Amino acid sequence: MATISVGGKDIEVDEEGYLVTLDDWSEEVANHLAQTEGLALDESHWEIINFLREYYQEYQIAPAVRVLTKAAGKKLGAEKGNSKYLYELFPYGPGKQACKIAGLPKPTGCI
Amino acid sequence: MSEGTIKKFLYLNRKAPYGTIYALESLEVVLIGAAFDQDVSLAFVDDGVFQLTKNQNTKGIEMKGFSLVYNALGDYGITKLYVEKESLEERGLTLDDLQDVVYEDENDDYAEKKSILLVSRAEMGQMMETQNVVLSF
Repeated sequence: MATISVGGKDIEVDEEGYLVTLDDWSEEVANHLAQTEGLALDESHWEIINFLREYYQEYQIAPAVRVLTKAAGKKLGAEKGNSKYLYELFPYGPGKQACKIAGLPKPTGCI
Repeated sequence: MSEGTIKKFLYLNRKAPYGTIYALESLEVVLIGAAFDQDVSLAFVDDGVFQLTKNQNTKGIEMKGFSLVYNALGDYGITKLYVEKESLEERGLTLDDLQDVVYEDENDDYAEKKSILLVSRAEMGQMMETQNVVLSF
């Protein structure tokens, strides 16, 4: 199993870089994961990351992109509920990339 | 996918949620299939009705619980969860033992509506007759 090292702690990740244990996540880990993806997290990223974590807590799954898009529009405002906005924040896919940074498994139905 | 080829898909769930992989696999297929914008319904008969029960606790069997996922189905456009009345009764269950699964109706100002439809065995049979594809788990 691959590991990443954050703050002196080794954290297990799967072959695609997703955290194996949800509870290993912290903001520090998120920043580290973002860095390896070439992203610097700002407030707009955190909005989505926090939203994803809340969604996961409520439903035990990471939402598929179209579900995320719809829900983000409803919760964060219509101007944020479109894939252009989300792809600008997370160029490798708001589902896959944002979920990875949020410490969630890859979304089911993310194709 | 081109428009105009929407088929009616029914996912038929007959097994208890844990102990076999059927219930979880069914749910995963449902979520993946939802991306294709078909007319999807789920049916719960026999021990399958246990999949929707409230307060599931999987700690003792060291499995990840997935019962809350049913509440997310509405976000995926899946709003018809048929539950067979006789199957509930045979197991000493009522609708009160099941989760209150709801969806938001976009065409009705996001009003919350119930996804669970209680039907008799005969009605279940009739509903199945109207489907184009039935996938049994």
